[in-house]
Amino acid sequence: MKVMIIGCGRVGSVLANRLDEAGHEVVVLDRNQQAFRRLSEKFSGERIVGNGLVEEYVRPILQEKADILFAMTDKDNVNLMIVQRVKKNFQMERVVAVVHDSILAGLYKELGVETVCPTDLVIKDLLQTIQES
Amino acid sequence: MYIIIVGAGKVGYHLGSLLMAEGHEVMLIEKDRSKVDLLSFEFHDAVMEGDASTVEVLREAGANRADVVVATTGNDEDNLVICQVAKLMFLRPRTIARVNNPRNEELFAGLGVDASVSATKIINAVIQEQVKAGDMMIPLLTLKAGDVEIVEVELSRSSHIVKKKVKDLSLPPGSIFIAVIRGEEVIIPYGETVFQPEDKVIALVKRESEPALRKIL
Repeated sequence: MKVMIIGCGRVGSVLANRLDEAGHEVVVLDRNQQAFRRLSEKFSGERIVGNGLVEEYVRPILQEKADILFAMTDKDNVNLMIVQRVKKNFQMERVVAVVHDSILAGLYKELGVETVCPTDLVIKDLLQTIQES
Repeated sequence: MYIIIVGAGKVGYHLGSLLMAEGHEVMLIEKDRSKVDLLSFEFHDAVMEGDASTVEVLREAGANRADVVVATTGNDEDNLVICQVAKLMFLRPRTIARVNNPRNEELFAGLGVDASVSATKIINAVIQEQVKAGDMMIPLLTLKAGDVEIVEVELSRSSHIVKKKVKDLSLPPGSIFIAVIRGEEVIIPYGETVFQPEDKVIALVKRESEPALRKIL
């Protein structure tokens, strides 16, 4: 699979490393060059310095048929704008936004935007831990 | 009308003041605490602190009864989400977004924002209008309380100075050519520089000499 990850933060970098290890073709985009330090030394994918909101940075990669895109910068609104633009301008099956605000994540899901909410996942995990104890 | 304005920068602040002066009910929502404190002297209860791209803050602001929601922040992604939440969650009939990057205007329209306003586009339209009206001298910058201006003139084929050298022109006192833009190239003119049609000539000129300079070009 070809995967594009926008935002090489704590979560984005680990996802990139794992997918790369598993043999997928990975492209990581971040505004800040320093963010790529989080990638492992063995990471063999592509690193691009650029703004995910500017289509010029995203277009060349998506035109070569990426299978899935993850917008996972630390800003919910940036992620939501990125995925909505990509859905509108490119024929892509899967475009996923990481949205920390639980209500927003639900709202956009209803709108047909695929969202993953870390807050919901942590809460689910914590509740399970409590039930098990 | 009840109007919610998000972002208390220059645009949001002045818009809020104007609408209040016209007798509308206004709520200004701003993320930055220090700005909220400063504005509370003037806006009293009509300003609140918060991130208006969240449902909680918009609800607290009374978004369910707002006639218009205007997002005026400097970030297009925030303006988009604010308008979308107002539309989807609170079913507001009229959402307006300020577009900082004019290339986002089309995207916003396709994503349910009712109207978008781009300062760049408006200024560009005004300039184009002036050019069409035959007023070919575009003021770029006014210096020293309006005494001196930097102006730009695109030379037409029929301009008097085309094919002439700078040194052969009698420029009015209080005016000087500072640059010539020819295609992608910027030329700093000197005596031997020859003007061509479609050159963009940038000149520094005193207000009183402007009509004389206009005559020459």
